[in-house]
Amino acid sequence: MNDIAKAFSGGASKAFIAFVTAGDPSLSASESFILDLVAGGADLIEIGIPFSDPIAEGPVIQAANVRALAAGATVSKAFELARRVHEKVATPLVFLTYLNPVFHYGYQAFCERCAAVGVSGLIIPDMPFEEQGELKDIAAQCGVAIITLLAPTSVERIKTIAKNAVGFCYLVSSMGVTGVRSEITTDLETLITEIKKHTDTPVAVGFGIHSPKQARELGRYADAVIVGSQIVSLIAEHGATAGPVLREYVATMKAALSECD
Amino acid sequence: MSVGRYGEFGGRYIPETLMSELHALTSAYERFRTDAQFNAELEALLHDYAGRPSRLYHAERMSAQLGGPQIWLKREDLNHTGSHKINNVLGQCLLAKRMGKTRVIAETGAGQHGVATATAAALLGLECEVFMGLEDVHRQSLNVYRMELLGAEVHTVNTGTQTLKDAVNDAMREWAGRVHDTLYVLGSVMGPHPFPMMVRDFQAVIGREIRAQLAGAVGDVAALPAAVVACVGGGSNAIGAFYEFIPHEQVRLIGCEAAGRGVDTEQHAATIAKGSVGVFHGMKSLFCQDGDGQIAPVYSISAGLDYPGIGPEHAWLHSIGRAQYVPVTDDEAVAAFEYLARSEGIICAIESAHAVAHVLRIAHEFSGNEHVVINLSGRGDKDVAAIARYRGRFISE
Repeated sequence: MNDIAKAFSGGASKAFIAFVTAGDPSLSASESFILDLVAGGADLIEIGIPFSDPIAEGPVIQAANVRALAAGATVSKAFELARRVHEKVATPLVFLTYLNPVFHYGYQAFCERCAAVGVSGLIIPDMPFEEQGELKDIAAQCGVAIITLLAPTSVERIKTIAKNAVGFCYLVSSMGVTGVRSEITTDLETLITEIKKHTDTPVAVGFGIHSPKQARELGRYADAVIVGSQIVSLIAEHGATAGPVLREYVATMKAALSECD
Repeated sequence: MSVGRYGEFGGRYIPETLMSELHALTSAYERFRTDAQFNAELEALLHDYAGRPSRLYHAERMSAQLGGPQIWLKREDLNHTGSHKINNVLGQCLLAKRMGKTRVIAETGAGQHGVATATAAALLGLECEVFMGLEDVHRQSLNVYRMELLGAEVHTVNTGTQTLKDAVNDAMREWAGRVHDTLYVLGSVMGPHPFPMMVRDFQAVIGREIRAQLAGAVGDVAALPAAVVACVGGGSNAIGAFYEFIPHEQVRLIGCEAAGRGVDTEQHAATIAKGSVGVFHGMKSLFCQDGDGQIAPVYSISAGLDYPGIGPEHAWLHSIGRAQYVPVTDDEAVAAFEYLARSEGIICAIESAHAVAHVLRIAHEFSGNEHVVINLSGRGDKDVAAIARYRGRFISE
C-alpha cells in the first residue's frame, strides 16, 4: 500500500489533510507544527515548498511563501524537514509546490529524494493533466504519486483525469485561488459523484475550507477535506505558540468529520 | 511540433481551474482565425481605427551618419495608442466579443498594453480591469491616468517585485476566479497555449507590411532586408516583425533584451544571455532564476522589458540559432533614445531604443545596398520624464 492510502483507511471517519508552508516562520517551527497537527489527528500532511510566484495561492499563503523564503527556506531544507518528520511519525507526507523548483532540481533527482525522505506524493498546481507526462513515469518509478487536481470547470475533463488519478484526487472547491471562503457555492456532491463513477481513488476537497460546519457537510460525500489557509493564518497569528492551537483546531475538525455518517 | 510547442518550449502549465477555458479559447481562436467576417472586421479596425499600415520610414540621415546599411524604421509608434500593442488587443477583444465575454482583464508593465486594452475595451463596449505593479504605477503614472480616462479600473499590485511579472500573477489569479464572462487579454507572446500563437498571429501584420513596403520602396518584389532588429521583453513586437522572415534564412533576426546596469551585475532582465530553461507563467521557456528555481528579480530602465522570461517561440528560435539575441544596457538605450531624437526627430519608446542602440553597434557590418529594419515598437512620450531623471533633470509631467 502506498503511504497515501493509509490516510484514507480510517473507516467511518473521513480524512483530514493539513497544509503547512515549509519554513514559515522557520524550519524547526514547521517541524514542531506538523507534529502538533498529527497529534491533533491529521491523516496526511501537505508540506508546501515555498515558491517566489505562487499563482494559485490567495494572499494568506502568498504571504507565508514570502516569509518562508525570507527566512531562508530552500528545496533542500524542505527535504530535510520531511525527513525529520518522517522519522518521528508514520503519517503520510506529500509536497505541494510549483513546477519550476521541481524542474530545476531535475525530475529524476527530485523524485528519488522524495522517496528517500518519505514523501509519497506531489501536488503541483501549475502542472495540469496534459503536461504530467514528462514527470509521471519518473515519479511512479520512485513510488511517488503525482496528485492531480480537478476543478468546478473540469466537467468534460473529469473522466480522463479521474481514470488516471493516483494517490488522491484533489478537488478544488471553488474557482479562484486558495483562501478561506465563508460559502462554497459549487455543487460538490454532483461533481464527486461524477468523479467516483470513474475511479476508486479517494477524493479530497480543498480551497476555502476552514469550519467544522463545512467539514461536516463535505464529509458526507468527500473522502477528505484539505485545510491550508486557515492553518497558515493560525501560524501567522500565534507564531511560536501556535502548537496547542493547531492541535485543538485539527481535533475539532476531525470530530466534525466523524459526525458525517 | 505538437500543438502549442516550439521545440521543447511552450505548453500549458496552468492550474486546472483555467484548463477548460484555455481549451475553449483555443477552439474559438481556431474557428475565427479563418472566419472571413471576423478577419474583415479586424482588418477594418486595424485600418480605420488603429491607422494601419504603419509607415516604413527610410531614415536617411541616420543611414548617412552611420555609413553602413540603409536603415528603415517600422513606425509602430504611429499606431493609435502609440505602440504595436493595439494590433493584438483589437484581435483579442474582438475574439472576446465573439465568445460572448463582457469583460477583459490585462497585465501591463510600461502601461502600453494596459492603455491599448482599455482603448479596445472602450471601443467595443467591454468592461476592463488592468493589473499593474506598484513600481510601474509610479514610473508610468501618466499611463495609469490614461487607462482610467478610458474607463478601465487599474489594480495596483504590491506583491513580489511589484513589476510586470507580479502583474501577470495577479491577472492569472483574477482570471482563475472568473472565467465565465472574462477573457484575459495577455499582452505578449507568452503564457500558456494558445496565447503565444494567437498574439504572434495578431502581431505578424508588422512583418508582412515590412516585406511589402520594402519591396515597394526599392522597386523589387523579391527584396528582403538584411536584418530585422527589435526589442524583446516577452517578445510580441519582435515576433511580429520576425515571423514573416523566419523561412528566409538570409534575413538576420536580432532581438535586443534589457541588460539594465549590465549582464555582469545583478540588475538586468537579460533572459537569453543569463537565464536558463524553466516553467513559469504557463510556459516552458527561458527564465532568470536562482539555483533553487525561484524566479529572480529583474531590472531595466524600461518597464516594458522588465520581465524575467521570454516567449517560448523566441526561446526556440534562439535554441536553433535562427534568431540572435543580444543584451543592451540602460546607458546604451538612453544614448540611442537621444540619438534618434536628434538625428531623425523621433522620440521612440525606451523599449524600442534598445533595438536602435544595437543597430548603432552593428551598422558597420553592412554595406550601403543592404537594408536593415528597426521595429520602433512604441513612442517615447511616456519615457520623457524618466530619461530626464536619468540625466539628472527633475521635471514634472
